[in-house]
Amino acid sequence: MSIAPIVQSVTVAVPPDRAFTLFTGSIGRWWKRGMTIGAKPHEEVVIEPHVGGRWFERDEDGAETEWGKVLAWEPPGRVLLGWQIDAAFKYDPDLITEVEVTFVPDGTGTRVTLTHSRLERFGDSAERIAAQLGGGWPGLLQLFAELTEKDA
Amino acid sequence: MTNRIAVALNALADPTRRTIFERVGAAPGAVGEIAAGLPVSRPAVSQHLKVLKEAGLVTDTPDGTRRVYRLDPRGLGALREWLDRFWGEQLGAFKDFADQQESSE
Repeated sequence: MSIAPIVQSVTVAVPPDRAFTLFTGSIGRWWKRGMTIGAKPHEEVVIEPHVGGRWFERDEDGAETEWGKVLAWEPPGRVLLGWQIDAAFKYDPDLITEVEVTFVPDGTGTRVTLTHSRLERFGDSAERIAAQLGGGWPGLLQLFAELTEKDA
Repeated sequence: MTNRIAVALNALADPTRRTIFERVGAAPGAVGEIAAGLPVSRPAVSQHLKVLKEAGLVTDTPDGTRRVYRLDPRGLGALREWLDRFWGEQLGAFKDFADQQESSE
């Protein structure tokens, strides 16, 4: 694999089974508002709790926007999610990068480690991304733009 | 303004170029080594390497009479930096939420 994955960890106060349930089952409650891809802010984010399950957001009007799907469902230790959102924050059914989240006991709490891999696959949707860059998508794309400006 | 991420991703949009990029990632080498077994001519491989180099994805260093190509770790740095920040913020939000649940139990 040619591009190293992104790895991030945090330690939370709750035990692994609780952390797993909160992470997957309450994702819409903790996911940062505005950091979603639907036309409106999310009301809910759903990870269907089985292999092949959908991962999507739902807005206040009930409109659903796909994010990806469940590739492995191994509570309370691990979930592997297919992230089918390209670098311009659009759902792309032909793109699949992998987000693995592991839950390991750490004292009375849990070490939560997220690994986003297969990043080279972002290259697949590059033409569309290039067309969309600078298109004014608020929030995330703005962050994205700030970073690229810093690099210029 | 140079948009490094867009340039890098565009360079990788071509399937042949991506194969070449992955080969360079698997093992640094000279053009001939990279081209071996590929269904494209050596000059074409050279041209793809030039595009990858301009996109900041590979670098070449002289080794006697040949040039050795290897991945340029800076090429996807902007994308990586952005994703790092994105997931860092999300995990931070998850920690705040989970710890709040703990203290309210």
